[in-house]
Amino acid sequence: MSIFTSGYQARQLRRRYLERSLGTVAAFAILFWLTINFLKSPSQFFQASLIGLSNGILYALIALGYTLVYGIIELINFAHGDLFMLGAVFSANFITIWFGKESSGPSAWGVFFLCLLVVMTLSATVNVGIERFAYRRLRRAPKLAPLITAVGVSFCLQFVGLRWNGSGPKTWDTVLPAGAFHISGVSIDYTTLFSFAVTVPLLLLMSWIVTRTRQGKAMRATAQDQDAARLMGINVDRTISFTFALGGALAGAAGLLFQQTRGLTSYNLGYQLGLIAFTSAVMGGIGNLQGAVLGALLIGLIQGLNDGLPIGLGQQWSQTVVFSILILLMAFRPTGLLGKPTTEKV
Amino acid sequence: MSALLEVKDLQVAYGSILAVKGLSLTVNQGEIVTLIGSNGAGKSTTLRTISGLLKPKAGTITFEGERIDGKSGHDIVSKGLCQSPEGRRIFPRMSVRENLDLGAFLRNDKDGIEADRERVLDLFPRLRERYEQKGGTMSGGEQQMLAVARAMMGAPKLLLLDEPSMGLAPVLVDMIFETIIKIREQGITILLIEQNAAAALEVADRAYVLESGLIKMSGKASDLAKDEAVTKAYLGG
Repeated sequence: MSIFTSGYQARQLRRRYLERSLGTVAAFAILFWLTINFLKSPSQFFQASLIGLSNGILYALIALGYTLVYGIIELINFAHGDLFMLGAVFSANFITIWFGKESSGPSAWGVFFLCLLVVMTLSATVNVGIERFAYRRLRRAPKLAPLITAVGVSFCLQFVGLRWNGSGPKTWDTVLPAGAFHISGVSIDYTTLFSFAVTVPLLLLMSWIVTRTRQGKAMRATAQDQDAARLMGINVDRTISFTFALGGALAGAAGLLFQQTRGLTSYNLGYQLGLIAFTSAVMGGIGNLQGAVLGALLIGLIQGLNDGLPIGLGQQWSQTVVFSILILLMAFRPTGLLGKPTTEKV
Repeated sequence: MSALLEVKDLQVAYGSILAVKGLSLTVNQGEIVTLIGSNGAGKSTTLRTISGLLKPKAGTITFEGERIDGKSGHDIVSKGLCQSPEGRRIFPRMSVRENLDLGAFLRNDKDGIEADRERVLDLFPRLRERYEQKGGTMSGGEQQMLAVARAMMGAPKLLLLDEPSMGLAPVLVDMIFETIIKIREQGITILLIEQNAAAALEVADRAYVLESGLIKMSGKASDLAKDEAVTKAYLGG
């Protein structure tokens, strides 16, 4: 018995030692790769990081919607990416077709901010409606039922996008200021600055709502225990609706920003970016808000560095690199970077 | 004495299975009333229905003369009916402070909330020591104290306690029951559900014995404690 135990313990120790040394080696390899790239061309390094971060912050807007909804009702809302797609298609129509704005200028920027307001409100409303009609009745059903419903809703939205936007990608003229300025070899697009200027306040507002307001308190309580939240006098249905509204609004904003920074819409954007955003949420620890933002920035950064550094695998390998890192991370930290399994006593 | 809570012919079903089969009970202002019975008798179901977590199949629930059956949970809390649920159900990833804040979720009277906070922390000094600790990391007894304290933060007219002694060490059980008496002395009416019938009958004024969804017996707690059938079935005598 004792021999068995000590043999087992020794194996465990060896395994842990091996894992730790492998992790350390991997970390050093990445650090080494970053260092030689940095030394080779600092400006290219910063350029790639900047592109990565500006993609990442867009992923963050979408990832938050996945993580908010998962946090409160433990549902992977597959339709979320498609809501983002509809936001992008709507914005393109709103700015370019309905308001006829095709170039930058003060009045076009006014339309941009009007569109931001409208698309956020609209996406929030649609998301609340989806929850009300498709998910609410399934709240006590087996987990598979709402999951397959979400997949169904995703297809419905995708086909709305297909009818509206056509089967191929469409390109659009955008109204954000074109051009860039340069700081020692690094060129910073005005559109990048613009999307940071819109996204960062949204993220801060969001974190303020969740941590500081009464509604946020109700959200956190509902996420932890719905019945107990009811016993505190919290209107659980309304709190869940509010959560979907928040996630929807962020997806709408992301749609507008994507459309205006890339000048592109396509009915399957939700599948492409939605998957990346969902991956970010899982990487950061699904249900954890800071985790979703961290995961999104990391994935953006990984993509940016991999695509843009002089010594790297290049764009064709971008997704492979991202998902390999995800698989590795999941193997060692199944709860994600910031997700912590709490010890809950009953 | 006037009836604060009146439950009449209450029926509650899970699907097609009737768990409460026509229960009536009254709680008067200022009383401690206990509902005792074995596991599965329908005690928690009754309490959950009063709090609005379950919808009754038939019957009425009246609180301060107003029908509350079928109303949603948050409406019922706003009328002054607060529950400390079975299994404590504290918010595990929140601190003691945040849990207490949530107990007062529907209140706006800042001064009143602060006064009540001091009052429950005096009642459970242990919670003051654990004030910034996460609920999920505390011991079972501390969690139970928090669950009761949290319910009291809602400024209840009627406090519903579901099995507050469950799974606690004997010394903590005594402490909880002493606290229940102290809470009543502060003018709060209490409806107490217990499997620990002996202790419940000791603190309560009146008692109901629930068996398979029906009230089998009722009366003064001190009388029931002496009753032969009750002693045999619930007090291990």
